[in-house]
Amino acid sequence: MSESLVVPTMAEMLAEGKQPEVLFWVGCAGSFDDRAKKITKAFVRILNRTNVSFAVLGAEESCTGDPAKRAGNEFLFQMQAMMNIEVLNAYEAKKIVTACPHCFNTLKNEYPELGGNYEVIHHTEFLKLLIDDGRLAVEGGQFKGKKITFHDPCYLGRANKVYEAPRDLIQKLDVELVEMKRSKANGLCCGAGGAQMFKDAEPGNKEVNIERTEDALETQPDIIAAGCPFCNTMLTDGIKNKEKEGQVKVMDIAELIANAQDL
Amino acid sequence: MSYLDNILFAIVLIAGFGFFALSVKKIIRNINLGVDVDRKDNPKARWANMAMIALGQSKMVKRPVAGILHIFVYVGFVIINIELLEIIIDGLFGTHRIFAPYLGGVYDVLIASFEILAILVIFAVTVFWIRRNLVRLNRFIHSDLTGFPKSDANYILYFETVLMILFLLMNASDLHLQNVPGGVFHKAGSFPISQFIAPVFNGMSNELVVLLFEAFWWLHIVGILIFMNYLYFSKHLHILLAFPNTYFANLKPEGQFDNLASVTKEVKLMMDPNADPFAAAPADENAVPAKFGASDVQDLNWVQLLNAYTCTECGRCTSSCPANQTGKKLSPRKIMMDTRDRLQEVGKNIDANKGVFVPDNKTLLNDYITPEELWACTSCNACVEECPVNISPLSIIMDMRRYLVMEQSAAPMSLNAMMTNIENNGAPWQYSQQDRLNWKNEN
Repeated sequence: MSESLVVPTMAEMLAEGKQPEVLFWVGCAGSFDDRAKKITKAFVRILNRTNVSFAVLGAEESCTGDPAKRAGNEFLFQMQAMMNIEVLNAYEAKKIVTACPHCFNTLKNEYPELGGNYEVIHHTEFLKLLIDDGRLAVEGGQFKGKKITFHDPCYLGRANKVYEAPRDLIQKLDVELVEMKRSKANGLCCGAGGAQMFKDAEPGNKEVNIERTEDALETQPDIIAAGCPFCNTMLTDGIKNKEKEGQVKVMDIAELIANAQDL
Repeated sequence: MSYLDNILFAIVLIAGFGFFALSVKKIIRNINLGVDVDRKDNPKARWANMAMIALGQSKMVKRPVAGILHIFVYVGFVIINIELLEIIIDGLFGTHRIFAPYLGGVYDVLIASFEILAILVIFAVTVFWIRRNLVRLNRFIHSDLTGFPKSDANYILYFETVLMILFLLMNASDLHLQNVPGGVFHKAGSFPISQFIAPVFNGMSNELVVLLFEAFWWLHIVGILIFMNYLYFSKHLHILLAFPNTYFANLKPEGQFDNLASVTKEVKLMMDPNADPFAAAPADENAVPAKFGASDVQDLNWVQLLNAYTCTECGRCTSSCPANQTGKKLSPRKIMMDTRDRLQEVGKNIDANKGVFVPDNKTLLNDYITPEELWACTSCNACVEECPVNISPLSIIMDMRRYLVMEQSAAPMSLNAMMTNIENNGAPWQYSQQDRLNWKNEN
């Protein structure tokens, strides 16, 4: 795979006197987590291929404050929010796309009251728009005929009622989309939300990600599709725990689209 | 002498409604112990929610068996209560089936539908009892549903069954007395169910059947008044509070958590380069230092307290909670039950101390809800989505976490580390902010 990614920053754009069509909010996981970085790059490959004018904040991006807020630290959240809003407003950002449902939810719902008003969309919605506008053509490629199940991220699904965009994208790949017994509004959490990602679970008799992985495996999928870097980690761990990593892959929808087009 | 009945009935009626009014007053007072939150915006969407969710039961039928049976009981009680109006007028004025002459054929249809609904209620309530006590569905035998809450659920089922049986017996004896030679009562109503019960009165003297009819009539109406007054002590309050609760429920996306305004003020001050850090705080004699988050019911907002009184302990929230399903202590239903129990305790304290709350060295946090429960939440909103009347246990959990973190610095160690990382380098992990774009050149 050729890795000649074009990733302009907002600062570079500004220096050239340009305003991108969309600001890509990478998020902490997408920037630092080894697994999530692959999702980031897959999404950028699609953006590059479709000539979408975008830019990232790069070193000027900082945590949205989501895990701090969900852990109960409203101070830290609002500090982060205000700083990010200053940066975003300075660049006159209008439209933001992100591959992380937690960033998506926070930017979309919790920033406006604090002075940050942007059109925020999840990358699955953005990819869907590219297809609908005829800017991106998708074929099944290597995934044709495969069985794929989609795990709804809580902060995309229940929290913001985005259920169809990711499913529409999967169906474009000529695959068999199978639903888990608990999906959409009834979807079961992967176990990472509410800052759980950063702490050990309370005593219990099972890990949430194992429970959810079992839901997914019941559908006997070739691939478990995710739309969130944290869900991705939790389900990947679940698959390892079940010693199924040979048969079942956990992939982000951006990766499915990019790999199907051999990007 | 003949007015004795009517006077006695008026007294019973006034006592029944009077005591109930006192209970309602207490509930309103207790709910108002919560802090203010504006839920008067967008009345159109609020009325629509109430019509769909409370009146239309749209979320109940997501679990079809319980949902449809519940609709039998719900429609039964709403419709049969139309009959209550006639019963009250008859009782006060010594009339018998006063509406019959005015409504004609419609009256027959009404009475017939009441009877059919009554039998459907008995059927549904029986299935409910079986689900609770014989099938023993998980959410009904759960550890947070022991003691009174468990009995309460069964008492309500018994009450409803007895009331419906009395209603049908009343109609059956009435029908018998309409049909005896000479007709003790005038012909009124159509009785598709109780016509099958009426034959049991054959062979009894008219005087005895009249006595029985009066006994059924009295037991039925007094039973209803007792049941109404039982509501205050029971989870069954939901039959009334589901309506305001769905009206005042959160309309924003489930993922949007409120931004604490008190924090916004301080953060803005901190980030304002022109702010004088040594300036004296504006003098306000009555200013109470802001408390962040909630440790007791008075710190919650009034909608959260209304939620607590509305909860009917069905346990759909708990059965869908990822933490609970994997054996953690957290149960969203228990969060609501604890909040109501503590609120009742605070209310009794106020009653006992001439209208003033005297600190009792107890709080909702620790004495009712433990930090272990609060930290098990993934904030996934499954409980909020499941609740048939739009209660949000999650908002209470979040407010209590805020208290733990911002007032007590009592977050789990690993979360403190995460938050320190965000403070220092703008990410929950220890990576330098300067390295955020390194992925671009990595393979």
